[in-house]
Amino acid sequence: MHLETVSVEGGLADPVLNAQSIFRALMDAMARPGTCPRGFSLPSPPAPLSPEAGAVALALCDADTPIWIDTALREEKAVAGWLGFQTGAPLVREPSEAHFAFVAEPGNLPALENFAQGSQEHPDRSATLILQVETMTRGEVLRLSGPGIATTATLSPRPLPRHFVEQWAQNRARFPRGIDLILVSCEGLTALPRTTTIRKEG
Amino acid sequence: MNAPADNIAQYNFAYLDEQTKRMIRRAILKGIAIPGYQVPFASREMPMPYGWGTGGVQVTASVIGPDDVLKVIDQGADDTTNAVSIRAFFQKVANVAVTTETGKATIIQTRHRIPEEPLRAGQVLVYQVPIPEPLRFLEPRETETRKMHALEEYGLMHVKLYEDIAQHGHIATTYAYPVKVEGRYVMDPSPTPKFDNPKMHMSPALQLFGAGREKRIYAIPPFTRVESLDFEDHPFEVQKFSEPCALCGGTGIYLDEVILDDRGGHMFVCSDTDHCEKRQAEGHKGPRMDSEAGKTVEANQ
Repeated sequence: MHLETVSVEGGLADPVLNAQSIFRALMDAMARPGTCPRGFSLPSPPAPLSPEAGAVALALCDADTPIWIDTALREEKAVAGWLGFQTGAPLVREPSEAHFAFVAEPGNLPALENFAQGSQEHPDRSATLILQVETMTRGEVLRLSGPGIATTATLSPRPLPRHFVEQWAQNRARFPRGIDLILVSCEGLTALPRTTTIRKEG
Repeated sequence: MNAPADNIAQYNFAYLDEQTKRMIRRAILKGIAIPGYQVPFASREMPMPYGWGTGGVQVTASVIGPDDVLKVIDQGADDTTNAVSIRAFFQKVANVAVTTETGKATIIQTRHRIPEEPLRAGQVLVYQVPIPEPLRFLEPRETETRKMHALEEYGLMHVKLYEDIAQHGHIATTYAYPVKVEGRYVMDPSPTPKFDNPKMHMSPALQLFGAGREKRIYAIPPFTRVESLDFEDHPFEVQKFSEPCALCGGTGIYLDEVILDDRGGHMFVCSDTDHCEKRQAEGHKGPRMDSEAGKTVEANQ
């Protein structure tokens, strides 16, 4: 298939209502860390960008939100073309300039502190990272607590960035500054807002 | 939406254009991630004046989908002007189902009350907020209040509450009573009576706040600590009512005073109309309903 065709195809069938269903899944996930909403509409982006990650991009990104993509996604030219055509969002080279970062290989992610953290006055000027993981249930068990969680919740995503639990503890300590994470897999999507405390099980 | 398909003039689903919705949706996600922090957003003009809930309407419009069931309340009532017109607005532009029953609603837009019936997980409560900055009447400069939030410098708010005690002997703030969210941000719960403040604490429902004129969105995720500011020797207290609701006999709920005549006749009734109607349907009767046409009660007063 030609590069141009790949870019214009694979969007949402019903952009208005599908984007709403994706956003509701995102909002529920962000409000209840550890839950994994699914059943929202999916686009068909070019691999290695996953349909779930593509859905997040189409629901949230536009010309106002610079995007950073990791090396795995950058190597496949069609991904940048698809994101550019479907969302109109500019691609940036520096992680710190991005509002959203899409990551196909979380294991190779640069340290979280390289992304925009916001400022003490404007903690909302921070990055949201979308990590494509293989599984949410078969990795190492993480115990979550914090706002949105009645007592505790568990999540077992794999693969994760290097030294993830330690990095996340630093991210949590920067509150109200810090980044937010959205994990996507074929099981759905789940979110880790900066308020969530993560402990390794056991 | 309700217009024939060949009619050119049609609104986008839920009135707002998609770029605006994305902008508001991003602000909502940031608000949930930073509980109690006021996220600036590019508030749009809505087909209603500021002060009529343009912030809440924009939040609802960005969240609502065809499967949602919407309830709108104004001071607890489903049948007042603001509630009726906003409900009609969303019926027209989003063609959604509406209800007056708290339990059946998935989204409840509210002006200044939290329903008496406990909210459940999965429900979204959208507040209309006139002035989101709790420090605004103490410090008019946005640059300063922003710095105060950044430095967690909330001494001024405690001074204000202390001055209440010095003047009145108790904390005289009865609505828009400041709360601290998850031990960090001091937040204005919108002008709800302080009676409703405890309902915000560890609520299973998601609470979203929209201020249209002031262009701010903030949020309280479910199961989040929301503490009303107070002092050890002057702990936070909610309003208490000496009489039950005159119509349903309910106690421990928030009551409105209704003037009955020009001779001082009055009664107290539930501010939450859905709660009151449900109780009456269950057979509960207040003192006014017990007496025949209420004559006895009036004579006693």
